[in-house]
Amino acid sequence: MSERSTAEKRNNDGPLRRVLDGVVTGRPWFVTVLAILLALVVGAILIVVSDQEVLSKYGYFFASPGAALGSSWNDVATAYSALFKGAIFDPGNASSLTSALQPISETLTEATPLIFGGLSVGLAFRAGLFNIGGQGQLIIGAIAATYIGFTLHGVVALPAAIIAGIIGGAALGGLVGLLKARTGAHEVIVTIMLNYVSVAFLAYLINTGTFKDPTNPQPVSKPVTAGARLPHLAGDTLRLNAGILIGIAAVAFTWWLLNRSTLGFQLRTVGANPNAARTAGMNVGRVQIMAMLFSGGLMGLVGVSQVLGTANANNALTPQIDAGLGFSAITVALLGRASPIGTVVASLLFGALQAGGRAMQVSSANVSIEIVTVIQALIVLFVAAPPLIRGLFRLRGGESVDTGLAAKGWNG
Amino acid sequence: MTLELKGITKRFGSLVANDRIDLRVEEGEIHCLLGENGAGKSTLMNVLYGLHRPDEGQILVGGEPRAFDGPRDAIAAGIGMVHQHFMLIPAFTVAENVMLGDERVRAGGLLDHAKARKDVAEISARYGLRVDPDATVGDLPVGVQQRVEIVKALTREAEVLILDEPTAVLTPQEIEELFTVMRSLREAGRSIVFITHKLKEVKAIADRITVIRRGAVVGTASPDAGEAELASMMVGRNVRLQVEKAQHTGSDTDPIFSVRDLTVLGENGQVVVDDLSFDIRRGEILAVAGVQGNGQTELGEAILGLRPPAGGSIRLEGRELTGRSPRHVLRSGVGYIPEDRSLDGVVGSASVAENLVLDLYDVSPFGRRGSMDVGAVHSNAAQRVEEFDIRTSSVETAVGTLSGGNQQKVVVAREMSRPLRLLVASQPTRGVDVGAMEFIHSRIVAERDQGRPVLIISTELDEVFALADRIAVMYRGKIMAIVPPDTSREDVGLLMAGVNPGDGAAPAEEETIPEEVGDE
Repeated sequence: MSERSTAEKRNNDGPLRRVLDGVVTGRPWFVTVLAILLALVVGAILIVVSDQEVLSKYGYFFASPGAALGSSWNDVATAYSALFKGAIFDPGNASSLTSALQPISETLTEATPLIFGGLSVGLAFRAGLFNIGGQGQLIIGAIAATYIGFTLHGVVALPAAIIAGIIGGAALGGLVGLLKARTGAHEVIVTIMLNYVSVAFLAYLINTGTFKDPTNPQPVSKPVTAGARLPHLAGDTLRLNAGILIGIAAVAFTWWLLNRSTLGFQLRTVGANPNAARTAGMNVGRVQIMAMLFSGGLMGLVGVSQVLGTANANNALTPQIDAGLGFSAITVALLGRASPIGTVVASLLFGALQAGGRAMQVSSANVSIEIVTVIQALIVLFVAAPPLIRGLFRLRGGESVDTGLAAKGWNG
Repeated sequence: MTLELKGITKRFGSLVANDRIDLRVEEGEIHCLLGENGAGKSTLMNVLYGLHRPDEGQILVGGEPRAFDGPRDAIAAGIGMVHQHFMLIPAFTVAENVMLGDERVRAGGLLDHAKARKDVAEISARYGLRVDPDATVGDLPVGVQQRVEIVKALTREAEVLILDEPTAVLTPQEIEELFTVMRSLREAGRSIVFITHKLKEVKAIADRITVIRRGAVVGTASPDAGEAELASMMVGRNVRLQVEKAQHTGSDTDPIFSVRDLTVLGENGQVVVDDLSFDIRRGEILAVAGVQGNGQTELGEAILGLRPPAGGSIRLEGRELTGRSPRHVLRSGVGYIPEDRSLDGVVGSASVAENLVLDLYDVSPFGRRGSMDVGAVHSNAAQRVEEFDIRTSSVETAVGTLSGGNQQKVVVAREMSRPLRLLVASQPTRGVDVGAMEFIHSRIVAERDQGRPVLIISTELDEVFALADRIAVMYRGKIMAIVPPDTSREDVGLLMAGVNPGDGAAPAEEETIPEEVGDE
């Protein structure tokens, strides 16, 4: 009898949790590398298939196979070398230091919000929570940062706006934690719903007198003051800004929080085994609230870097300020195995793909930047595939793993 | 029908779970497979039942070599299995459960309920397995549910019946009834493989005994063999079955820990601990005995503060613990060993070192002003691993990879390495090898000898008798009686079934069949 309630206790998180756990734990590094290579291969096939000119050459493939294969190779090589040049270094455009650093600057700038977001999702995940409310939290963070940003002037403007952004995101995240701890409401449902609420709230606020930029016919808020902008780090032509420094600080802080603080110890314990945490005297609800506060705060920083950084020219709120980062953050965290260091690596990879993708689109009329999105999605899909398939079909991953399950089949 | 296993080897990665095992079960024989938890008994039976494919070796049924691809093949070959945890649907009737997986239909595709009922009635009558085909399974006591499982196997014409730890969930009286059924099956020529790690049961029922240790057969024995002999075969050395402890002396001092009129409600609001009162004195071990599921779990949880009581009080040294948080209770000096270590005791994915400070992470020297001192956590772990003989490759090893006994030692080490005022231990040696059991028992007695009151909650009578200064028997949330440790096992067994031996009254639920065989 106790065994049965045990089974219930063990399964209370359901298949989603099982799959995610599988993605985050016990994946050898070469699986990640293979996933990236395989995604690039599939991406190459898509580049060829989406090029009408090359496809037409496949029409007379048997008459002249060289033409078809040659132009395919040409296509892929052009696209991927443009990707590399746009993300890392372009030897053809390195006449000055500024232009040589431009690709790296782009990569780091794109990676910055992903670092905050990846840390946020990873932190919540370690506490056993699946924060898919990044969109909402970063929007509220962005709103708070913008409001302070266009209200205050001078040296206090920037730190105050950053703190406001953190508090904004943390408030929404904390609300989710509070609902989870007090009423048992599942954080996935609550965060999805709050995403809609936040998007609608943003759309409403932008058109109010307090926020709306009277000089702009578009639904855009007033820009933040000069003092509230994140300063450029490598000259005004490069987009690289102080956001990356806050990102490095956030990585260090999150690493310390998770691995060296008493709160992090509780957080990891609650995430790994809430029953043992409770039995050891930990207040599981309080720990979940704290985890969501920190997770939301980090998401708030995504909003901060979107508004105060160099992501948009005006340094103002727009209805699309979130740029899908709340969801990219999930893929980054999964790829980075929910660890701070892994998140940095995954963010740099995705940042590089993003920066390179734009260069790729410019390089050839036939390649769309959407290829990059597909490659990113494929990487995560390939990384997630083994546990996903095991989880969906309850396959035996080697007999020893699931003997308990097998023994539970009907004995008739 | 004879059953023979020849040279069965089963490996899981580098672990050899079964190493060239030979086993021969004759027709009409009760063959005991004796071994500690983790010795490889269940793996062997899963091989036999077609759940695992052996890496080497042969299965011969009635002299014919057979290969099983799944339970269906095994059933077709006449092998039936009763799992430790029943595979019944509580909302279905007995007859419906019996036909499940082997549904017969009448013309028109309708289920043939009548035949199923007739089958159940016939088999019930033939082997003395009293079950009502129309009863709803969920309403039946555990012992009867087990009978339904046996009936189910027999309707599929099982010649060889495998019973996997069948007595774990039964009261002593239900065990007697099961033994009666097993004997009548034997007389009808059926063979039974009886898996257990309990020596007394083996001696009571077995015709032959095969002892397994670390995946290999270490020998066969006859049931006349002494318990000590069987135990040492099982664990590979001589074992002390008795815990050495001095007579309890402080019986006249005031109680240190007292529970008064404690009432606790279960998940669905039903009363699971019913107006319970007891005291524990300085240097005394009170053992709560009882069949699993009679409120002991909830009693432990209520003391720790995991489950707020609906009424009554819990006091330690005069201070109220009722309604306090687990954190407060632990910090008041209560050591708590939870009943299910993997669920409540340890975090399997965390290291040995971290698990050793699971409830001490924020007190000096481990935690200070929100920051943890990793050095202190590690040096503490090194010390505990040494002191409690925890077998681990390093303090960084994930606890989940250790054996059950070593996991339990981690819990015990953690809970006993801070100054205690009370020790509460639920099932302190469940699923633990004999070596670790001895060690844990001696540590518990050492706590008592230092004057600590100790509450043991255990479903193992051996453990209760080995440790207790007084025995409280729980049945349906109430304490039936608190008796001295020299009370006979039969009397304690009756109390566990809700019968007061003094009354001579019939048991509350099932009529018992008096038997000549019992625990001597």
